[in-house]
Amino acid sequence: MKPVLSVSQLTMDFGGLRAIDHIDLEVRAGEIVALIGPNGAGKTTFFNCITGIYTPTGGDMLLAAPGEGGPVRLNGLKPNKVTENGMARTFQNIRLFPNMTVLENVMIGRHCRLHSGIPGAIFRPPANRREEKQIVEDSYRMLEKIGLTGYVNEFAKNLPYGAQRRLEIARALATEPFILLLDEPAAGMNAQETKELDELIVRIREQEKVSILLIEHDMKLVMSLSDRIYVVDYGKRIAEGAPEAIKNDPAVIKAYLGEDIDA
Amino acid sequence: MDYFLELFLGGLTRGSIYALIALGYTMVYGIIELINFAHGEIYMIGAFTGLIVISVLTLLGWNTVAIIIIAALVAMVYSAAYGYTIEKIAYKPLRGSQRLSALISAIGMSLFLQNYVLLAQTSNFLPFPNLIPEFGIVKPIEHIVRSTEIVIYIAAALVMVGLTVLIKFTRMGKAMRAVAQDRDMAMLVGVDVNRVISFTFVIGSSIAALGGVLVASHIGQVNYYVGFIAGIKAFVAAVLGGIGSMPGAVLGSLVLGWTESFFTGYISSDYEDVFAFVFLVLILIFRPAGILGRSQTDKV
Repeated sequence: MKPVLSVSQLTMDFGGLRAIDHIDLEVRAGEIVALIGPNGAGKTTFFNCITGIYTPTGGDMLLAAPGEGGPVRLNGLKPNKVTENGMARTFQNIRLFPNMTVLENVMIGRHCRLHSGIPGAIFRPPANRREEKQIVEDSYRMLEKIGLTGYVNEFAKNLPYGAQRRLEIARALATEPFILLLDEPAAGMNAQETKELDELIVRIREQEKVSILLIEHDMKLVMSLSDRIYVVDYGKRIAEGAPEAIKNDPAVIKAYLGEDIDA
Repeated sequence: MDYFLELFLGGLTRGSIYALIALGYTMVYGIIELINFAHGEIYMIGAFTGLIVISVLTLLGWNTVAIIIIAALVAMVYSAAYGYTIEKIAYKPLRGSQRLSALISAIGMSLFLQNYVLLAQTSNFLPFPNLIPEFGIVKPIEHIVRSTEIVIYIAAALVMVGLTVLIKFTRMGKAMRAVAQDRDMAMLVGVDVNRVISFTFVIGSSIAALGGVLVASHIGQVNYYVGFIAGIKAFVAAVLGGIGSMPGAVLGSLVLGWTESFFTGYISSDYEDVFAFVFLVLILIFRPAGILGRSQTDKV
């Protein structure tokens, strides 16, 4: 399998602090990959680098749509360009547009897939109106898949927590990504919601043909979902492999539990 | 009763004018949290552009209605170009820095444009011909309201309806709301934030220019300083209504227009501005976020 995202030797410095230290990471088509590590290990910084929020100090980030031409280098691209190139993300804390309806939140995601420009917005030719109608239909279908049709015209801020989380995923999927980054999707969810999330993630991988890279602290979720796991600590990659191997990796256990007293 | 009606309609005229300018202030504030102090100057440049176009076309002997419409359109396009350029050279480079820097840049831009027009034109008041024809229907109530004022009401109402449709239903409108609510997130779902900001400046500036041409026709003169006064008043109106809120800007403008009109009409015209600002102070004491503004809770 060809990688859709390959990051090599990524480094990010904040002044004298090296938050990410020469990390290599690869996500292949259709894979679910988890990025785990203790608090402050640099996981979210890693996401911020590859989505264009931060400009990394060094390293290369390449994004390649499955089955299409050469890879796109992400270094220095603005977040909206990264999204246009097929990578979408959600956040650790919910970042919906609170005062827009559920449907509008998803429709905004379709924004970058359209071509009508500013004149179109003002004069509204028929082609433009057709396009808008198409967006409404597509967005509704997306909400159906995620199971949010009951809330279509509610303001996003009025949704229950679990539904807001799912709406974030729906909005990210609306940008038609081939790789989706989820930053702690299960944070703050109860056991039932986490189980539903697990099923949802597996389902969207099948239906939407996306690869998924997720940061998560819920180890049960990580172990059941992931094809491969990367472990980072203090900005460095300390392990990579299948869930079973990671579970028994001494370096990982040390990072999570500290030095064994007997050792 | 006639007197009351006259004051009421006079207030409505002022309010509509303030609204045309205040909308630009509040739109820009909503999107990038910047008080665009050069906005009044855009309005003034709109009026001057209108005057120049009218002078040229009058020499060519065109129909007056056609002249005023073309003058308004040219002024809107020309001012929109100014708004676009100002944002690109004076605000965009400062976007990452403190808010105060952009604010000072805005004040600088305002002074620059005033003095530029002062040098390019003159410091004198220039007469602005009133080309809006007298409507037959207005004849019987001519002592209360003039045709120009009716055109101002209609223009303001059309602009408000147009903007509401734009913001509520179009894709660009959704993008604008998204940027206003969470700029970084909007970028991450693929919204080109720079384009949205430019678009906001273009729309706000062209509305202000429309206001400039209409007001100049109504009052009958322009000079380089008209934008400053009008800009300050419209700013007050926007704050009064709750800055960042578009219905708030319109409501604040009307409230301000009526306050000025009634107080000057019934009490004294010497204290016109005093009433306006006392009212502002009172509103801000009791509703710090403005009439329709929501109080912001900072995210932790």
